[in-house]
Amino acid sequence: MTVRLLSANHAAALAAALAGRANRAARGFCSGVYPITPSTECMELLCNQEIEKGEVVRVESEHSAMAVCIGAAASGARTFTTSSSNGLALMAENVVAAALLRLPVVMVAANRTLGPPWNIWADHGDTLMLRDSGWVQLYCADNQEVLDTVLCAYRLAEDRRVLLPVLVCQEGFVLSHTMAGTDVPPQERVDRFLPPLDLPGRLGETPRVMGGIDVPHSTEVHRAQHHEAMARVFDVYREVQDAFERELGRRPADPVVTYRADDADTLIVSMGTIASTVERAVDEARARGERLGSVRVRMFRPFPAEQLAALFRGVRRIAVLDRDLSLGFGGVLWGEVRGQAEPGALVQGYVIGVGGGDVRPEHVAAIAADLAVRTTAGRPVLMEAGA
Amino acid sequence: MTTLTVLSTPPAAPARGAPLLRPGNSNCGGCGMSMALQIFSRALEQRRVQLVVPASCAAVAAGPFPTTSLGAPVVLSTFGAGSAVATGLARVARLNGDGTRVVCWAGDGGTYDIGMASLSAAAERDEDVLYVCYDNEIYGNTGGQRSSATPAGASTTNTPAGKPEQKKDILGIMAAHRVRYAASLSIAHPEDMIRKMRRALDLTGFRFLHVLAPCPTGWKSEPALGIELVRLAVRSGLYPVVEIVDGRKLVINHEPDFSKEALELYLSLQMRFQRSGLSAEGLAEAIAQSWRDLRARSGRIVPADRER
Repeated sequence: MTVRLLSANHAAALAAALAGRANRAARGFCSGVYPITPSTECMELLCNQEIEKGEVVRVESEHSAMAVCIGAAASGARTFTTSSSNGLALMAENVVAAALLRLPVVMVAANRTLGPPWNIWADHGDTLMLRDSGWVQLYCADNQEVLDTVLCAYRLAEDRRVLLPVLVCQEGFVLSHTMAGTDVPPQERVDRFLPPLDLPGRLGETPRVMGGIDVPHSTEVHRAQHHEAMARVFDVYREVQDAFERELGRRPADPVVTYRADDADTLIVSMGTIASTVERAVDEARARGERLGSVRVRMFRPFPAEQLAALFRGVRRIAVLDRDLSLGFGGVLWGEVRGQAEPGALVQGYVIGVGGGDVRPEHVAAIAADLAVRTTAGRPVLMEAGA
Repeated sequence: MTTLTVLSTPPAAPARGAPLLRPGNSNCGGCGMSMALQIFSRALEQRRVQLVVPASCAAVAAGPFPTTSLGAPVVLSTFGAGSAVATGLARVARLNGDGTRVVCWAGDGGTYDIGMASLSAAAERDEDVLYVCYDNEIYGNTGGQRSSATPAGASTTNTPAGKPEQKKDILGIMAAHRVRYAASLSIAHPEDMIRKMRRALDLTGFRFLHVLAPCPTGWKSEPALGIELVRLAVRSGLYPVVEIVDGRKLVINHEPDFSKEALELYLSLQMRFQRSGLSAEGLAEAIAQSWRDLRARSGRIVPADRER
């Protein structure tokens, strides 16, 4: 164990460098990077890493950063990039392209509010904007989880049953700039966990076109294949967890992380670090005798609908907390979660912490109190966390 | 650093390799880009090549999945990202030392307009990429809209009265990046074209080739006359055939005779100049000025008008 005091940005960069070196016996590593607050320190540290058979290209935009990853991945290399907010918005065209070309690119997003008006603080709206881009999306709650999830992301993305890009999300500043004790595994153990990438169908010498015109029927087939690959992620991820535990000695978190949910009559569903706050509020509520539990949706795409439906069995009251707002609709997570509850269950959406508002346990307690006295679910409640 | 001695080497006999553009492709008859691809096949010979083609007629020409009319491994990239995708391929090719030459084959829209930022950045980083811009002076694939490569006076679907603005000097822009090699190519002068393509293929670092590619559909010209139109553009001095080494050593490869008749023919054989009434007289001064600039940069200070 080499526990170091690291920010999530640095944890992600070290994970990417470890994964990059682990591919030195194959086609190597090539990353395209461009700075944007709050993901910048991730690319800065990556640019200062010695990576055998590795290149980090300092490009002129996020659009090109993902394009470099697309070219490098097409050539069979392991790739990485990182961005936030408007950077992801500019990159979006190539984000979609990487997925539709079925390239196992790994990206870390430091979640940040979209602008202008400019706001550099945490909001899940930037990566949720990419919800339908065809990427696997994982949301983390602490720095160790970020490091471990980046390593898992490569093994998952490169599995021949999956072959999809993976987006690892961590909230700006809350994680990206907050130092925490983080175990950085030695290279030889990562080498064992991440075998050299042998990408099927990589661009070689044979004349072929990646991205050739898709007529309607071939598009239908390709989308179905992509969708089926998404469905296989749950089983493959379980194998990735097993392999990680075997090689690195700890078990990465499940797609859905529960806390004191087994006997709960009321569940609070959230993503990212808000779930950590919810867990503290659950402890306080339990001390008062309330049967509150927490459900953290860690894997957002593919969406763990069956796991959630199983957790919601017999639960009458569910609050869904969104650090995002789909304007004209409500929380994105709420929109997806509510369909998994049993008929007659009360599922209420709360939008809290948008624009980086500091969500505290007392906010969660207020939400639990509001939920307890409701007779029916209403329109999403927009809360001000302030600060 | 390259030297000019390469210029005196006679071009090797063109050997027909596997064609880059196979029969059955969907390009229009008389497509200048098709001709440029075929000439490029001859330049390639046995070299290992990977192509990046951003959204364009050349991308559509590849045909529907899973077939391809392009005789090379190709990534079809998003419109503005050709140079950046080529960067990824070229870096990994270099890491693996497999000698693959990475070529970005893009139209004028993907070069002068939407791809300009990624092109400029790849040139600045001196990526080991050969960038070929086939310039048909129009957004051909979307049905013929103006680009910043469209010359003043040309009618397009969104400048029906003729484009008011001047065409960008792309070779000057790329030379200002001090790229290893930049050259303009004429499909009417295939030996010069093949020589430059081979020279560009065998240099390392960023190289840029500009090919004037007649588009009969957009130019409203006779498909059979494409090569002749380019010959007229070269003869009249409208399209200078030059090469620029390291952004400063400019060599004029073909001396025009500045024929007014050639210029009149060039304009009259294309319907796109009809509505604006662009005339040879109206273009003469701009051509003379561009040649005074070229000669100053080439070190041959001979006024253009004295060379007639």
